[in-house]
Amino acid sequence: MGPKKQFVSGDEAVAIGVKLAKPLVIAAYPITPQTIVVERLAEMVESGELKSEYMYVESEHSALAAVMGASVLGARTFTATSSQGLLYMAEVLHYSSGGRVPLVMMNANRSVALPWSIFGDQRDSLSLLDSGWIQVYVEDAQESLDMMLQAYAIAEHAEVLTPVMVNLDGFILTHTYECIEIPSEEQVEAFLPNFELANKMDLGAPKNLFFSSSPEHNIGFKYQQHQAMMQSKKIIDEVDKKYEAITTRGYGGLVDAYRCEDADTIIITLGSITGLVRDVVEELREQGEKVGVLKIRYMRPFPDEEIRNHTKTAKSIGVLEKDISFGYQGTVFTNVSSALKESKASLTNYVAGLGGKNISRDEIVTIYKELSEIKETQTVRFVGVEVSKDED
Amino acid sequence: MKTKLEQEEYFYGHKACAGCGGSIAVRLALKVLGKNTFVVLPAGCMSAVSFVYPQLCFGVNALISPFASTGAMLSGIYVGAKALGLKDVNVVGFAGDGGTADIGLQALSGAIDRGDKIIYICYDNEAYMNTGVQKSSLTPYGARTTTTPAGDRIHGSTSVKKDMFDIVAAHNIAYAATASVGNIPDYIRKVEKASKVQGTSYIHVAAPCPTGWGVDSSDTIAIAKQAIDCGLWYLAEYEDGDYTINKNVKEFTSVKDYLKKQSRFKHLTDEDIETIQVQRDKKWQALRKKAQ
Amino acid sequence: MSRPKVDKTFKISLVEDLPCGTYGKAMQLTETLEGWRNLTPIIDEKACNLCNWCYLVCPEGVIYEEDSKMKIDYRFCKGCGICAKECKKKCIDMAKEDK
Repeated sequence: MGPKKQFVSGDEAVAIGVKLAKPLVIAAYPITPQTIVVERLAEMVESGELKSEYMYVESEHSALAAVMGASVLGARTFTATSSQGLLYMAEVLHYSSGGRVPLVMMNANRSVALPWSIFGDQRDSLSLLDSGWIQVYVEDAQESLDMMLQAYAIAEHAEVLTPVMVNLDGFILTHTYECIEIPSEEQVEAFLPNFELANKMDLGAPKNLFFSSSPEHNIGFKYQQHQAMMQSKKIIDEVDKKYEAITTRGYGGLVDAYRCEDADTIIITLGSITGLVRDVVEELREQGEKVGVLKIRYMRPFPDEEIRNHTKTAKSIGVLEKDISFGYQGTVFTNVSSALKESKASLTNYVAGLGGKNISRDEIVTIYKELSEIKETQTVRFVGVEVSKDED
Repeated sequence: MKTKLEQEEYFYGHKACAGCGGSIAVRLALKVLGKNTFVVLPAGCMSAVSFVYPQLCFGVNALISPFASTGAMLSGIYVGAKALGLKDVNVVGFAGDGGTADIGLQALSGAIDRGDKIIYICYDNEAYMNTGVQKSSLTPYGARTTTTPAGDRIHGSTSVKKDMFDIVAAHNIAYAATASVGNIPDYIRKVEKASKVQGTSYIHVAAPCPTGWGVDSSDTIAIAKQAIDCGLWYLAEYEDGDYTINKNVKEFTSVKDYLKKQSRFKHLTDEDIETIQVQRDKKWQALRKKAQ
Repeated sequence: MSRPKVDKTFKISLVEDLPCGTYGKAMQLTETLEGWRNLTPIIDEKACNLCNWCYLVCPEGVIYEEDSKMKIDYRFCKGCGICAKECKKKCIDMAKEDK
């Protein structure tokens, strides 16, 4: 049976992607807006569509610890979370990446309390960039499904052995519907090898795992981890190309550039806002504006080289992100600025969409207009925040 | 001894203090369970002394879990083994009193709730010993620790030990037991029994710490036995909703003698000791009632 | 039965010598602990009745029966004295070691 089409939400697309990957163990704790993922998976397990052990867990911290245990036995696993839950399991994020456990987790990007908000922004995962996980940000439901499969291929690769987090914008992507193509079982089998963990816990060759190291060796382990993630860039590209060859869908690897080859002004984006920005690019291009949009797909490993390559002609670059690292800049902006430190372009940080605030087409048009008028690097600009005019 | 113990040493070359009660508990349990065993230990004495790379001291598959996660990792391994079709394996956790009754309580509760076939063994040395003897919720009334220093105003820890046996029994766990390195045959029997339970089992084993308690390293087993004899430690089981007292002590030996042997209780006044005796009597009254 | 082996030549010189992440082999011993002892247990073979109680109570697992004798793996004995205190025949003596 070949690939088929289905009208699904972002969350549902994730569930279908996970089902195709056939994890043996699923352990997840419910949190809006990830709940649909785990609910659909439970239904699939009940119906027999998915043969997986579905564990009930009493917290996110326990969810990630549980899948770690199953994974080092050699079982493919899955978990999912969002904001508060992601931060609750933060300790275990470091634990699993340092332990080189090839986990895959879906994260619904949601604002982190306080104030409480169930709506989307990217502060949750961006505040955990240092946790050693590969982080990819997807734009639509199709990419969500496809990336679940690619994530396993990347994480489980013998030269990577690094956990992968697939991020979907909360509500904006998790809960909106789209017609997607679902790869067939044969396509998935051709793409995704079985999970083989060379150093797994084995009755025939027992292991002692997750040990302590002395000051003498610790830095060596961390060096290995860093090197593995740097090496993963190559593997991310290879996996994407392999996926494209089998399904005809590829995503360009670490970044996705649209009309940046000759652009004067570029907006750099993360996640689903890219779709709207691309529409504005089309509009402005028709009016003769040389604009482009560069979507960062992977925040870790960070595609510094790719960002430099796609912004060669730009005179003004704006980083549009749903995040702020209080007291300095948006985290994406800080990362991009460091990659572009030799660039002559002016760089501006646009912080927008926090707590689910809508980013409108008009606001993006305004950003492009502002960017074309900016002459030197500006400080952080919050979009959609009215400040009284007589403030200095 | 009816239980067959493996000759092999599965816990060896570790850096625990000389005379460590926890080591006795871990070593003997693994001899009962054998080589087809997966071991989980959270942060604590037993993991800290046996996983210092490159000296790795477990002869069976073993791993360290995050501090709060013993129960969760035990379940993850059990479920993983089930999914992979691994048969006849033991999945056992060794967590300290802090890693069980405090930070680990939530995950333990979750594990019991799931009913997975795992064995959770809490080795109780009555404080956070690994980090230098700080109070836990299983530190006994009146004990001196670094965070409950004993002075003229306050005589050490002012709270009574949480009863973990009661807590797990209240979950309707398949099998729970209290045990002690002061009664090794009884402990071994209980580990074997736990391994045969088709569900979750919990063993709470007294594991004196000569370093933290202030007794000679050679006194570990003797002091554990004394705790049983004076009634401050009881040996009991919970199975299918029924309580059994394994050793219904008719006449308790002196609580004062037991306490005064340990530096951590040196400061107690006669009034404190009387308070402790009353607590003991209340506990035994409640226990006897449950066991009827 | 054979005692766990110790490889004292084990050394990490280069990062490549480290395992990938925290994956290690079971019972990998690279050092011995005899230096911890102040007192050393000596078993009086004639008085010993091979009850094996010392074998059970040792926290380190260094006492074992072999060739009808109780033997001690002194590489890992820390001299805690539990065996001597617990021996029902009182035939273990904790002696000061000549260094």
